[in-house]
Amino acid sequence: MGSELDVRAEFPILNQSINGKPLVYLDSAASTQRPNSVLAAMDRFSKTSNANVHRGVHTLSQRATDEFESARVTVQNFVGADDSAEIIWTKGCTESLNLVAASWGGANLKPGDEILLTNMEHHANIVPWQLIAEKTGAVVRPIPISDDCVVDLQTFREMVTSRTKVVGIKHVCNATGVVNPVREMAEIAKSVGAIVVADGAQALAHVPVNVKELGVDFYAMSSHKVYGPMGVGALYGRRELLEAMPPFMGGGDMIRSVSFAKTTFNEIPNKFEPGTPNVSGVIGFAAALDWYESVGKEQIWAHENQLAQTLRNTLDQIPGVRTIGKCENQAPVVSFVMDDAHPHDVGTILDSHGVAIRTGHHCCMPLMERLGIPGTSRASFAVYNTNQEINVLIEALKNVVDIFSKC
Amino acid sequence: MLSELYQEVILDHGKKPRNFGQLASATHQAEGYNTLCGDRVIVQVEMDGETVRNIQFVGAGCAICMASTSMMTSFVKGKSINEIEGVFEVFHSAVTGGEADMEPLGDLEALVGVKQYPNRIKCATLGWHALSSAFKSPIQEEK
Repeated sequence: MGSELDVRAEFPILNQSINGKPLVYLDSAASTQRPNSVLAAMDRFSKTSNANVHRGVHTLSQRATDEFESARVTVQNFVGADDSAEIIWTKGCTESLNLVAASWGGANLKPGDEILLTNMEHHANIVPWQLIAEKTGAVVRPIPISDDCVVDLQTFREMVTSRTKVVGIKHVCNATGVVNPVREMAEIAKSVGAIVVADGAQALAHVPVNVKELGVDFYAMSSHKVYGPMGVGALYGRRELLEAMPPFMGGGDMIRSVSFAKTTFNEIPNKFEPGTPNVSGVIGFAAALDWYESVGKEQIWAHENQLAQTLRNTLDQIPGVRTIGKCENQAPVVSFVMDDAHPHDVGTILDSHGVAIRTGHHCCMPLMERLGIPGTSRASFAVYNTNQEINVLIEALKNVVDIFSKC
Repeated sequence: MLSELYQEVILDHGKKPRNFGQLASATHQAEGYNTLCGDRVIVQVEMDGETVRNIQFVGAGCAICMASTSMMTSFVKGKSINEIEGVFEVFHSAVTGGEADMEPLGDLEALVGVKQYPNRIKCATLGWHALSSAFKSPIQEEK
């Protein structure tokens, strides 16, 4: 358990120098890197099967359509959905969440209805709800969290009433690695008939995801957080809800028939997929999930969680450094603040050592405000990281301390 | 080079910013905010006609932002808007890697190392942009 996995060579991008030092990539929570098999799958598609989907009667179009629909089944199985029609291709989590807010929210929210969102949500699971609240007269309320970035379940239980129509939860917090009790929260939400919308951006690569077991109605995913390409993702939605929802965008492929008198819409998932989709992206996304499962999810999690825990333990021993967020089985995201150095300065100094981390508010301004900090420095891990890289990070942080202790 | 960016004078101003705190006599003020990293400075100026009689700032940000704003406040005191805007032009050109005669910059030249770090240029110019806006933003007397 926790030993290093022999996959690093499958990620060509990692084998390079940055500012004269070997690259130490600790920003996988922003975007993971892609293994050769994902790059090859996309390349092969482009070279052998590239054609528009759901349109042509010719062989290439059929081949592209088959691969495209087969990728949908891969995602369906990966998240334990009943039916591949419950998987809608999108640009990623942000579009998935906007789709739910605009379509479901636009059709169902009334003045005074409440949308409850955890105080740690990413802007992508806040702003779409604010936009639809503005239009419908619904109200967005934050679900309080503790100083450790853990949802206050007791208060949440008290907040849930017959007015509650939507509960929005990120499965794993991108800023702190805290894993939210989605199943417990979904049960509470269900008791009043509210829908549960989970943002799975950080979860897919790091914790078990089964939409049925979690009891969510919608689950948003991004491919580039789980070893796949950028600009593609998916939305899982419960069939019954998706069927009743109006289209999110109009165009080709989402209609059954169009006339100037009346247009009728296609069935799900096509109803929500107008226009030519990012087919090679979808192929890459499915290839990434296949690769991830072939390496072994449990082995990956054991490895990256060991790295994160080692780093947390080390940071906790450095005076003037404080880690942010704490829970059981925390995902491999390590956020910290330093007494004397602002995250932006930490990021620049680390980069000069070849170490890539994310600094700032991580698109979670309400969370930063709640915690009373301007931002954090965040090191996040994936399958390809090593214990040696933690040593490099720690040495680089000592340089930060040195620089800022000069005055 | 990292040592050019984090020079002693910059670290010193970053840690102990000069002219820091509210300015009760302010006649003009404006905020500079960097949405990318959350750096925020509010620059308050007491104008005497076209001249900066006094200046203070409040806010929080990275070392480069705090140092640059601090050094700016020391630099502009007693100078006219015209003079200040001329120097800002030179400073802006210098930190964005353009040709610039460093002469008028004085101590501010220490910040020129930021040109090697394109994503930090905004840190070095935030206070200056706030000052420019402040010149156009008189504080309304509350009635």
